[in-house]
Amino acid sequence: MTAASSTRTTTTFEAKSLACIRDDRVLFEDLGFTITSGQALVLEGRNGSGKTSLLRILCGIRLPESGELFWEGDSIFRLGPEFHEHMAYLGHKDGSKLDLTPLENLRIARGLGKARADIGLEEALDQVGLYGFEDVPTRNLSAGQQRRLAIARLLVTDAKLWILDEPFTSLDRKGIEHMERLFEGHLNRGGMAAMTTHHRIGFKDDVQLVRINLSER
Amino acid sequence: MSTLSLTSAFSMLLKRDLVLAYRRRAEMVNPMLFFVLVTAMFPLGIGNDPKLIEAVGPGVIWVAALLAALLSLDSMFRSDFDDGSLEQFMLSAHPVSILVLAKVLAHWLVTGLPLFIVAPLLAVLLNIPASAIPTLMLTLVLGTPVLSLIGSVGVALTVGLRRGGVILSLLVLPLYVPVLIFATDAVKTAIVGIPTTAQLSILSAMLVGSLVLAPVATAASLRISLS
Repeated sequence: MTAASSTRTTTTFEAKSLACIRDDRVLFEDLGFTITSGQALVLEGRNGSGKTSLLRILCGIRLPESGELFWEGDSIFRLGPEFHEHMAYLGHKDGSKLDLTPLENLRIARGLGKARADIGLEEALDQVGLYGFEDVPTRNLSAGQQRRLAIARLLVTDAKLWILDEPFTSLDRKGIEHMERLFEGHLNRGGMAAMTTHHRIGFKDDVQLVRINLSER
Repeated sequence: MSTLSLTSAFSMLLKRDLVLAYRRRAEMVNPMLFFVLVTAMFPLGIGNDPKLIEAVGPGVIWVAALLAALLSLDSMFRSDFDDGSLEQFMLSAHPVSILVLAKVLAHWLVTGLPLFIVAPLLAVLLNIPASAIPTLMLTLVLGTPVLSLIGSVGVALTVGLRRGGVILSLLVLPLYVPVLIFATDAVKTAIVGIPTTAQLSILSAMLVGSLVLAPVATAASLRISLS
């Protein structure tokens, strides 16, 4: 760790002996990990190995069969909304309303979480390359642009933990590189991430990755 | 979370749903048209016996309102479920029940309030005396929010099913019975000219009860539907 990051307050997100059963099939059991500020958890595994299920358990939408999750030492099931203000989730579905404009969508995303003070909505759109599309109905954006809008949603709240399920879907190669820089920026600011991707991640070497392969356990 | 950001989240979500409804306004008039058409069918079917029409009038208006409310329920969470917005609500920094309340209120403003506005016209159509129309309006303004609130629990439970429509009506219609009984009884009593305080008080109690309990149950049901 560099000197700058060690002075930052570190937060921890810890999983203890998680198990997930789907249709009488054990997807994983006794799974545990700890990530701290600046680290990214990367889930690997075949289709159907439980990556999405695990991410949904991590954000609290789905309950694990057994096991516990701790945010700074407190169980996330007890924290509820207090945990959710520290996390942002990007799932398979973008979570944007097609009848609203990107700006309106971002305003809602910011209102639902804890607003980040140092970035404006237009600036967040600019950072994902949607400058000039503020007032176009989201319906008229391409699939890749809609995905970019969903990523912009992560930027407007003060969430430390980003939970990303295949964040690069429908992005072009340049877009993927650009988003990787954004994710690195988040980690360097002391954030954390838990993600799955079929794309080989091109983070810089100083980013600490915690890899878990669900197929080889 | 502070109270201020909670109120602003509530009003933001309310505004969002009203804007969305406005942008698809063609779909939103459907429940009201359904209400008007169903009610208008009855005099045609029953024939020109004014006494008979007057006797069935309150019941017809209320059953039509019930069916119109049921018809519109599915739209409460459907599109939010399909595009992933619902997941984001569940993961918001605010209590889900408050967000649910904002959504139900928006839904009632868009689908319930129009019924209330056209009801006097339909009352005239069904030969309900003018003296009973204020009571009819009161029962609608107290009763239709109860329909939306109770319905929100049912629709939250069935939103994950692909064909939840029939199950939804089986779940929700029996729960609508008390509202139907007391509301129609109030209007019938008002036609005779007897005070209706008792029925209206019970309707108010139902409104307050469902206002407090339904959002919590809906939030829990949504959690079940999404996991």
